[in-house]
Amino acid sequence: MKFTLHIWRQENARAKGHFETYEIDNISADCSFLEMLDQLNEKLVNDHITHPVCFDNDCREGICGMCGLYINGRPHGNDDGVTTCQLHMRHFHDGDEIWVEPWRAKAFPIIRDLVVDRTAFDKIIQAGGYISATTGGVPDANNILVPKHIADQAMDAAACIGCGACVAACKNASAMLFVGAKVSHLNLLPQGHPEAMDRARKMIVKMDELGFGGCTNTYACEAECPKQIKRQNIARLNRAWIGQAFGRDRNN
Amino acid sequence: MKLDSKIPEGPLSQKWTNYKASQKLVNPANKRKLDIIVVGTGLAGASAAASLGALGFHVDIFCIQDSPRRAHSIAAQGGINAAKNYQNDGDSVERLFKDTIKGGDYRAREANVYRLAEVSGDIIDQCVAQGVPFARDYSGLLDNRSFGGAQVSRTFYARGQTGQQLLLGAYGALSREIARGTVVLHERHEMMDLVVVPDQDGKPRARGIIARNLVTGELERYAAHAVVVASGGYGNVYYLSTNAMNSNGSAAWVCHRRGAAFANPCYVQIHPTCIPVHGDYQSKLTLMSESLRNDGRIWVPKKKEDAEAIRRGEKGPLDIPDEDRDYYLERRYPAFGNLVPRDVASRAAKERCDAGYGVGPTGLAVYLDFADAIKRLGRDVVEQKYGNLFQMYYKIVDTDPYKEPMMIYPAIHYTMGGLWVDYELQTTIPGLFAAGEANFSDHGANRLGASALMQGLADGYFVLPYTLQNYLADQIYVGKIKAEGPEFDEAEANVRARLDGLMDISHSASDVSPMHSVDHYHKALGRVMWEYCGMARSKESLATAAEKIAELEADFYQHVFIPGKAAEMNPELEKAYRLADYFELARLIVADATQREESCGGHFRIEHQTEDGETLRDDEHFMFVAAWEYQGHDQPEKMYKEDLNYEHIQIVKRNYK
Repeated sequence: MKFTLHIWRQENARAKGHFETYEIDNISADCSFLEMLDQLNEKLVNDHITHPVCFDNDCREGICGMCGLYINGRPHGNDDGVTTCQLHMRHFHDGDEIWVEPWRAKAFPIIRDLVVDRTAFDKIIQAGGYISATTGGVPDANNILVPKHIADQAMDAAACIGCGACVAACKNASAMLFVGAKVSHLNLLPQGHPEAMDRARKMIVKMDELGFGGCTNTYACEAECPKQIKRQNIARLNRAWIGQAFGRDRNN
Repeated sequence: MKLDSKIPEGPLSQKWTNYKASQKLVNPANKRKLDIIVVGTGLAGASAAASLGALGFHVDIFCIQDSPRRAHSIAAQGGINAAKNYQNDGDSVERLFKDTIKGGDYRAREANVYRLAEVSGDIIDQCVAQGVPFARDYSGLLDNRSFGGAQVSRTFYARGQTGQQLLLGAYGALSREIARGTVVLHERHEMMDLVVVPDQDGKPRARGIIARNLVTGELERYAAHAVVVASGGYGNVYYLSTNAMNSNGSAAWVCHRRGAAFANPCYVQIHPTCIPVHGDYQSKLTLMSESLRNDGRIWVPKKKEDAEAIRRGEKGPLDIPDEDRDYYLERRYPAFGNLVPRDVASRAAKERCDAGYGVGPTGLAVYLDFADAIKRLGRDVVEQKYGNLFQMYYKIVDTDPYKEPMMIYPAIHYTMGGLWVDYELQTTIPGLFAAGEANFSDHGANRLGASALMQGLADGYFVLPYTLQNYLADQIYVGKIKAEGPEFDEAEANVRARLDGLMDISHSASDVSPMHSVDHYHKALGRVMWEYCGMARSKESLATAAEKIAELEADFYQHVFIPGKAAEMNPELEKAYRLADYFELARLIVADATQREESCGGHFRIEHQTEDGETLRDDEHFMFVAAWEYQGHDQPEKMYKEDLNYEHIQIVKRNYK
């Protein structure tokens, strides 16, 4: 297969970026999008023309959350329920023009080319996205029963890979789906109840502080999430937020 | 070099208890004056840093990715073993211990493995308390499944994403300590060298690292009282593996260059169930969890003409009636069937494909069939258990595994070898510890499924917090370690020279022969390793490997092209310095495989096999750990032996029939 690629190039955070156009040929339909970019980079290196295109990637099996490109106007491209590394060229037509951009959000500044800084997600987790169980001194794993449907719902929410597609898809660059998924995962489980209200408040405050926008219920995040995390998680987050705001379980 | 495994006195089941009862402690006020560096944020690194931070030590933790949550532990699918005996099926610490020793083909250290089995239950308790959403049954109790090499169900799991959930648990605990200020995170930083400084008695001690900031390319110095390397394995020396693209052996390797012994490098695990190779451009191989072998049946056609027709695309798997299918694992190993250990299943697949019964366009694939399971359990149950794996397979291969069997083939997955450590997980350099896949300690010559997660978390949550403290108790008198002095200067200059040396190749090559990318050399090295030092090895193939590696390495240092500068974000340079280390490592793997004139676990020498093609150990001559000492870039390494003394376990032939 043959493609015309328009790729965002930007030397560093302060430099002005631009689209660069490349032609690429002999691409197998079974090849993944990132393997296609590998071949482009191999060509750029062999031709000694320019620095290869920088893009984040690691596990290449859709679980680490490191990769993430905005492809033809959609985070992770035009297949549903996949990350960029699991998007295959068979989903394109021979001769297609493909526009490749980095995540665009104030809270995710560009580092170089298609690489963005997502440390804001780590900071949100550090604000409260955990259960404070210090190593040792915990009860036997079967001491607290967790109904199967609760464990399953928690697992659904916990499947989030922290890639940032939800933020990139959102017109407000909101991180509500990411935060909602973590709050749901932990608050649904009995182990997470003691810190439930505090957790929601701290994470939301941090999210606002870091420059993420608010949710206006258009659910582009849900549509583009590679792990198909549901918008119910945002509802749960809102419920926890209101609960703490009106004093239920308030810690003061 | 002296190898002292420091195994505590007493009966096997009391060794860890005795150790903990007599180890030295650091009082709480002193803990915060002691600095620890942890390299790597996978299960071992994150759990160690979180636990040490919670105790009150000051920890600096480093990862090469943009977030600790990206570490490749996240990709582990199937589960984590623990001797809880929740299923009442006869499990115990003793049984997990024995299964692990046997699975490792009697090449692991008894005391370490027993401790691993002993703390396995605590790991599950800890993870549940952190909110890891393990699978549960309708009573609300935890569910289990079986893995290879065991006849009990002791594997805890969170759908097909167990590694992800365990890592997110450890990442949560780590994040809490970062928020408390006990741990400082350095993301997008790569360890480039270890700094070893002699103390006042002249004894060398690990005192810091040189790290490269991957965003700016700048070199930075960090000092500490102790260094923990938890940087994973070196499977990517084979280029195609189930490892992540950035997984690499360099952090462990620079420690080796500084004097830490490297043990059993030839023990490499080849996982039987991966999606087969399909093209030259391919960048990695994707694992299909071992848990699938609980319900999937592995087969190839009985008749060669059927296999040939399938390879030509004239027939499909559904055209082969049941009586013409060879369920070769069930045939050869009736007792364990499809759940034999990984090395056994991989060799059996290779045997069938080499004999001409392989399927798929290349003939290098076998079927993993769920038709029986779907008939027995219904599609819903199968989907609940393995849904995400089926979806992953479908996305990659574009055929529906609910309708047609999966095609699978073995691939490099895990490295049992690694930095040599004693019972305290300390390397031969005092103050340098190694945890998780980066060390060699628990899996012998073959690791059982669902035991990597167990070992990583055991090391981090329940071993290092004790053993590191025992070491640090003597270090409170030293005072703050500063990142200065001749040793830091030398280490930084050494890294700079290495990087400049690599960059200079591109700019100073004078002859007209063409330059090649780093990947060009890495792929070539991978092919050599897979072909001549892979699933089956012989004296001749290893000699060929050594020759070809030397040729490639010499060519690499003359014709590799690295664009850009060292002082900027430069992924090509990162790949280049990691590959430079892989060349040395590849040489050592081959040397180790050559000296080990026996077959055991993942190491199969075709000269040493039984009549029916099983591994043939030589306990009389090879019941030892091979620990190698670095002698310089151009010198062969020197081997030391740590004899394995089995006092508790009865050594038998490894038999899964």
